[in-house]
Amino acid sequence: MPLEAREISFRYGRKSPWILKNFSMTAEKGECIAVSAPSGYGKTTLAMLLSGYLKPEEGSILLDGKKFPKKGYCPVQLIFQHPEKAINPRWKLRHVLEEGGELQEELLAALGIEKAWLDRFPQELSGGELQRFCVARALLSGADYLICDEISTMLDVITQAQIWNVIRKEADMRNMGIIAVTHNKFLAERIANRMISISRYR
Amino acid sequence: MKRQTECQAKKQNDVLLEIQDLSVSFRMHGQGMKQKELRVISDLHLNVRQGEIVAVAGSSGSGKSLLASAVLGILPRNASVCGSVRYRGSDLTPERQKRLRGTEIVLVPQSVNFLDPLMKVGTQADGHRKPRHTNRRRQIFKRLDLPEETEKLYPFQLSGGMARRVLVSTALITDADLIIADEPTPGMSLNQALEALRMFREMADKGKGIILITHDIDLAFEFADRVAVFYAGTTVEIALASDFRKGPSFLRHPYSKALWRALPQNGFQPVAGFQPYAGSLPRGCLFAPRCPHCTEECTERVPQMRRVRGGEVRCCHAS
Repeated sequence: MPLEAREISFRYGRKSPWILKNFSMTAEKGECIAVSAPSGYGKTTLAMLLSGYLKPEEGSILLDGKKFPKKGYCPVQLIFQHPEKAINPRWKLRHVLEEGGELQEELLAALGIEKAWLDRFPQELSGGELQRFCVARALLSGADYLICDEISTMLDVITQAQIWNVIRKEADMRNMGIIAVTHNKFLAERIANRMISISRYR
Repeated sequence: MKRQTECQAKKQNDVLLEIQDLSVSFRMHGQGMKQKELRVISDLHLNVRQGEIVAVAGSSGSGKSLLASAVLGILPRNASVCGSVRYRGSDLTPERQKRLRGTEIVLVPQSVNFLDPLMKVGTQADGHRKPRHTNRRRQIFKRLDLPEETEKLYPFQLSGGMARRVLVSTALITDADLIIADEPTPGMSLNQALEALRMFREMADKGKGIILITHDIDLAFEFADRVAVFYAGTTVEIALASDFRKGPSFLRHPYSKALWRALPQNGFQPVAGFQPYAGSLPRGCLFAPRCPHCTEECTERVPQMRRVRGGEVRCCHAS
């Protein structure tokens, strides 16, 4: 079941400039696509559109030819660029993970999440540690597609390699599709099967 | 004799920031009325001289941002600090920190949450200083590739990379002598990141000291003078940036070598295992559980910092 953006156009408000205009792309299950573009060209906007957080003004986002289901978890999950803004600051981290689904010890261990962290509040952990929770939360939900918006820039290179290995392994196992936004071309070459870039609409 | 003391005084003046045996711990509530101490930084050393960029690399959660907060005195209330932090030869007391931060010592914060959500970013970057440096800020925005309209936008209207560049400009606009940049480059495209680092380099060449905390170590090597590698709350190696450019055989600590090899362009090889959690640190060398050269000696006592080949390293096998 392919994830498809069909001729989508988007702008923030009637008077603002178009960010995306007649943009199309298709992702198949099991492949990893890297998206690159300079900062401010609408990569995060595209990630939000593909995962259903924003609605395109024109065109449509289709999963298997249909719109996203109205009930239950969205089968396309987004991992945000800033983990500190994507976690409820008043929830303990166990609660944050349980929102995704039942905890899987193996997965948590593979991502290097300490048991002691589960009973902490988000502000007590570093950005890189929180991002692992965001990755775990998205994987626990059993999504078909994972949109990764610059998820590894706040991680050191060793953890970055570890986390990407976990994501790739899970993706292979469940035949999950990945769309990864990244500025690092070396990383993109390592993880992706193909690359697309967004050009500015003017 | 007099000349010698003068010489010494000059050398001391040269050092802007001197951190010796710094430890930071947090008081946490355990069960019931019990409280426990969690030590997150231990025995940390770092010097910053004038005209120098010291890059701080290391594992996420190794206390890099806490170091920045400790220098500025903005740690949360349940934190306690011991050890000495000296700025320009005298101790940084809480009063002095309060006086200096924002003017002589400035921070580029790590999180874009630090921007005021209800204030246009142009006004925000100008800051409280009077008269406002609006023209200078516009120049900095231009160099950082921020379009002119950006100054009229609110933080929620910016992309991640743009917000990051606004944060960088808030530090570059000041005449501070010490800049602590906590991950200034993520979200920026390569050219923008290079331009930002070039601006830091220019500041350093004017005699300012810069601590560059970063995960984009491949970029940092090109601009920094020295690199301090952190692991689990302590410095494991301080090396010249040129050693990192040359490759792993010039590095001293196994963790630094592992960092080099994990770069996507150098093999993307992770080391097994994770950084130990601050609550259950190993007794000996902190890297011992993941180290390929670990011996019995490593697991028994904490190695001391020692000088090897012009750098400093905390490992008993380094030669």
